Amino acid sequence: MSEIVTETSNNGIQNSEPIVRYQKVSKSFGDIEVIKELDLDVAPAEKIGIIGPSGSGKTTLIRMLMTLEKPTSGTIEVDGELLWHKRVNGNLVPADEKHLRRVRSKVGMIFQQFNLFPHMTVLRNVTEAPIHVLGLSREEAEERAITMLEKVGLKDKLDHYPRQLSGGQQQRVAIARALVMNPKIMLFDEVTSALDPELVEEVLAVIKEIALEGNMTMLLVTHEMQFAREIADRIVFISDGRIIEQGPPEEIFENPKHERTRNFLRRFNKNN
Amino acid sequence: MWDWEFTISILPLLLEGLKITLIATFLAFGFAVVIGFLLAIARRSSVKILSLPVKAFIEFVRSTPLLAQLFFIFYVFPKFGLVLTPLVAGVLGLGLHYSTYLSEVYRSGIDSIPRGQWEAAKALNFSKARTWISIIIPQAVPPIIPVMGNYLIGMFKDTPVLSAITLVELLQTAKIIGAQSFRYLEPITMVGVIFLILSYVSSLGVQWLELRLNQR
Repeated sequence: MSEIVTETSNNGIQNSEPIVRYQKVSKSFGDIEVIKELDLDVAPAEKIGIIGPSGSGKTTLIRMLMTLEKPTSGTIEVDGELLWHKRVNGNLVPADEKHLRRVRSKVGMIFQQFNLFPHMTVLRNVTEAPIHVLGLSREEAEERAITMLEKVGLKDKLDHYPRQLSGGQQQRVAIARALVMNPKIMLFDEVTSALDPELVEEVLAVIKEIALEGNMTMLLVTHEMQFAREIADRIVFISDGRIIEQGPPEEIFENPKHERTRNFLRRFNKNN
Repeated sequence: MWDWEFTISILPLLLEGLKITLIATFLAFGFAVVIGFLLAIARRSSVKILSLPVKAFIEFVRSTPLLAQLFFIFYVFPKFGLVLTPLVAGVLGLGLHYSTYLSEVYRSGIDSIPRGQWEAAKALNFSKARTWISIIIPQAVPPIIPVMGNYLIGMFKDTPVLSAITLVELLQTAKIIGAQSFRYLEPITMVGVIFLILSYVSSLGVQWLELRLNQR
């Protein structure tokens, strides 16, 4: 180990089997290694705030869990199953599309750029996957979609198109769209970074509400330190593709043990 | 010099020829629309044994003359036991030729879809086919419709080439009339007039379509 990794206790959540397990995961883009033999266990229902300088690999970390990037080496387990591999006669072989789809169904993601479908109304954005992926009837899908849109405060925008909504509203539709699939694990990739400052709060409020409901596992890559502190059970600080330090929010933010964490937080506080 | 009575008398025959021209145009276009899409998808494929031959095929078809391709289909295929009528050979040749151009048009439409759309589809666990049907095609196709309309007009104007493989379309009809009556002025001129009118009206239609699509 070239890096000193500070392990800290984790609010006692780690008693159960992890729902996500990264083991020696590395990822390179060409010659650049963005994730370096990273290990990370996530307990069911745990909320993890992933922080770190830009380019540190934190987005890549969750994108691999969403199967948007393929690890160069190492394994990721989701809910007790390998994500990118299958075990055949004791050997690991690359997973096929069928396997990927089955395991992927446990994971959902909210993107920085919302990525709503611009040619569909709000309602159809939210019902399209339940109908064509889960196989629900239109009535059932719409019922569920409307419940979710109500939850994010957009029940009155069903027939609007994404371009008719503010960024904050679009991101809330994206949250409803991901929630309606009922994933066990939800990934948030800097979901407020593309928003005007005055729209950040409404999105964070919705995420907080989901977090408080409790049973969803959440991995949040974020620059909103205050927010991360409020809702996360554990903060993971990543730099140069490695976990430098992790622990309860108060510990990381008030008493960081590692020099690089301190530098990062100091620089961050200065800039904001 | 110009004989109006003769002009009117040959009009029904010319319209018969026009009918064949239009049938060939639309059949070939329909063929090109479908095959062009399949070529575009195959060329994008990450499976190299699929994408490379398709790329080579597209290059080959685009770099050789349409007339040579038509001759090959009509005169060489029978050597291998495939005898085609002039219309079928013409539709096949014209359609295949234009499918390679349309595949490029599709490609530009598909490439214009932001990566985030593919990623959102994956995050929602859409199958590959469903991603195309629900997300990619509905966004990729509307912007390229005017371009495809222009290719339809181009194809329409290319149909006289089919007279070379003995298809009696509009131009060939005029030529036959000329040969029989020794008057070429009226029939050939009328062919030009008919092409002009139809192409011009169609291009207005494409412009209108473009405007409407831009308003969306």
